[in-house]
Amino acid sequence: MSVTYPDSNVRSGQNPLRDPRDRRLSRVAGPSSLVLFGVTGDLARKKLLPAVYDLASRGLLPPSFALVGFGRQNRTNEDLKAAIKESVKAYSRTPFSEAVWDQLSEGIRFVQGAFDDDAAFGRLSATLAELDEQRGTRGNHAFYLSIPPKAFELVCRQLSKHGLAQAEGEKWRRVVIEKPFGHDLESARQLNDIVESVFPQDAVFRIDHYLGKETVQNILALRFVNQLFEPLWNANYVDHVQITMAEDIGTGGRAGYYDGVGAARDVIQNHLLQLLALTAMEEPISFNANDLRAEKEKVLAAVQLPGDLSTHSARGQFTGGWQGGEQVQGYLEEDGIPADSTTETYAAIRVDINTRRWNGVPFYLRAGKRLGRRVTEIAVVFKRAPNLLFGNQGNGSHSDDDFGQNAVVIRVQPDEGATIRFGSKVPGTQMEVRDVTMDFGYGHAFTESSPEAYERLILDVLLGEPPLFPRHREVELSWKILDPFEEYWASLPDLPEPYAPGSWGPASADELLTRDGRTWRRP
Amino acid sequence: MIVDLPNTTTSAVAKKVQSLRAQGGVIALGRVLTLVVITKSGLEEEAIEAANEASREHPCRIIVLAAGSPEEPTHLDAQIRVGGDAGASEVIVLRGFGELAEESESLVAALLLPDAPIVAWWSNGAPANASQTSIGRIAHRRITDSANEADPRWALENIRNTYRAGDTDLAWTRLTNWRIKLAAVLDQADATPITAVTVEGASDSPSTILLAAWLRQALDVPVNILADAPGTGIRGVQLIKTSGIIRLFRPGHTVAELTQPGQPAQRISLPRRSLRDCLAEELRRLDPDEVFGETVRSLAISKMHQVSLQEQGILDLEAFGVPA
Repeated sequence: MSVTYPDSNVRSGQNPLRDPRDRRLSRVAGPSSLVLFGVTGDLARKKLLPAVYDLASRGLLPPSFALVGFGRQNRTNEDLKAAIKESVKAYSRTPFSEAVWDQLSEGIRFVQGAFDDDAAFGRLSATLAELDEQRGTRGNHAFYLSIPPKAFELVCRQLSKHGLAQAEGEKWRRVVIEKPFGHDLESARQLNDIVESVFPQDAVFRIDHYLGKETVQNILALRFVNQLFEPLWNANYVDHVQITMAEDIGTGGRAGYYDGVGAARDVIQNHLLQLLALTAMEEPISFNANDLRAEKEKVLAAVQLPGDLSTHSARGQFTGGWQGGEQVQGYLEEDGIPADSTTETYAAIRVDINTRRWNGVPFYLRAGKRLGRRVTEIAVVFKRAPNLLFGNQGNGSHSDDDFGQNAVVIRVQPDEGATIRFGSKVPGTQMEVRDVTMDFGYGHAFTESSPEAYERLILDVLLGEPPLFPRHREVELSWKILDPFEEYWASLPDLPEPYAPGSWGPASADELLTRDGRTWRRP
Repeated sequence: MIVDLPNTTTSAVAKKVQSLRAQGGVIALGRVLTLVVITKSGLEEEAIEAANEASREHPCRIIVLAAGSPEEPTHLDAQIRVGGDAGASEVIVLRGFGELAEESESLVAALLLPDAPIVAWWSNGAPANASQTSIGRIAHRRITDSANEADPRWALENIRNTYRAGDTDLAWTRLTNWRIKLAAVLDQADATPITAVTVEGASDSPSTILLAAWLRQALDVPVNILADAPGTGIRGVQLIKTSGIIRLFRPGHTVAELTQPGQPAQRISLPRRSLRDCLAEELRRLDPDEVFGETVRSLAISKMHQVSLQEQGILDLEAFGVPA
């Protein structure tokens, strides 16, 4: 699949060496720096910094590239370099090479200070100016806010106050923020107002790393490159869709963040609704940012909530117990969680999509912690075939229920791939039929690992390609879908229903599907 | 696991491959192409190693035609490698002797994957006309390596004369990183025109000649070559603009230095590419590389530039044995 994006910052029309037919020439980010707030955090150490190294190692960063860490600790440039080298060696995907490291480490700087420290932002400004001079970053800087959302406002204001958020001429300034984008519609709007009061709309990159470009493109390729699936991808053939994101761990050190947020806000609002949008949207007229977002927004805006939320939603909280040979604590016993917390660690909801394509096809979304295994998948379950030939005739061994429904399952993680389930005859003289699966794994067909989501995301930020980052309107639409469920749950007097660790959620989640005459797939 | 099948036929080999797959089940299931490596018996190991590694990105069945001596009695020896001795899929080495010591479609037909593209790679000894050989005719892509020939410049000229869409040469693949860096530099450069180009590299390197030809074709300016000692590869490129000189220079084998007007000097990691990398890149796209086609065929029109170039005292491509 050849995907082309309109160039935003590269004047490729004027570059005689760029020939659209010459597809060996990959795009390299232009001169720029990445300023990392929260450089000592876990995310930076395990994901962002190794991803930056991997990009350098693949030759996709410019020679002038600079990496500036901003943090409270008292460190020198050399301390930061040593720390980065360590995390690169431990976590990067590509082998370590001194030549690549030398090129990268020359541009590493550390700026010490707190977010409310004017002098520190003054030093940051001076450091960037010095990098423009010494490294040739040419005034192009991206600010990556790998920090708690409550600090966004302060940092944005500081950047603006010290003239760092505004660029002149062809120079650019971009800001990258991580989910969560607020905790409901109102707070999402406030957050957006703060960020967009400082940075222009197209300079804001909202990163949702579960939706790395690779996953999004894989789904789009599967749906739209093939003639096989799209004709069936509608209410004529599809019975319902299940979108699951299960984790087998508890809050694992994120207790402070997780409590009060819960599974629905943490996962359904962003990841699962994005997956729903990609599964259900119409074919975009191009891969260009606006066309893709327009289709996603259309389908999110067409989402219809059930009339009675009590029968079409479920929530739960895991208890302590044995999970896969390990004794685990219940949610309320975990460190940093109040003993009377009403936060849900499992949430399931049903939504419908009010379009001709999906009329009468429910979408079930579920997300939870301490479930059976770690998996994210989209299962498109087809209607039952009219079972005439193999029904109760002749040998009479089959009733309707013996036949499963055909399904196309898109596995997002781990082991990205797709599975098709269909019926097949059992070898032998009698006419027995059973369900079999045909499995495609990206890892089986292409044994080389795909780039980490963060690699693609960081490169896109530096290239100024926003297509797969959600726009603020998508964030708002998602909150509009989730807020009524949250309000309903908050109005309930009782606690979320307990469920055992290692199970697939509370009984009410199963009832949610049983009521509609369906069952959850075992992912 | 390595299974030797002396004095055999390809249908027996195909059967054995099937049964090994059924027993082992460890090899990649979805294979995207068949790679046919055409080489001489005794020279195949380097190619197999590179192909095995490339197969991790592009799972393929690798068929190696390692021609034995035509003087021996006619027979076919085969060897199947799977699991730890192969890459993501399986390797089948066919050693033909006597009348079978020659590449032919009929020898590999039983072993080609159904409905998958075929890539032919002559790792040692390019044919006189790649697209007209028995394997070349059924291949979607034909890979030669002019730098690996006894006379690289003659090999390049041969490609120019016989080029058909789908042909490609590893001397061109070795250039990709240089071309990416140069294109990235021009993405950012000011709009003043480039007036001349100098390419510095080994006098016997077809990559040097192709890089010069590509730049002349794309930029439409005089290009001269500064000849280095043979065996050193490409050393540097200078793009001469009215506003100054952009220079990308690699003194060793790994790190290059980029200097441009008004900018600090920058270091770039630009290592020489391994055979594995080049092969993996070649397998990434199976449609014809039109830019390579135009570049290699443009070597023929060097005469048009030659007069004016010589008047200016600039050494033209022809000095490197690529006749007009």
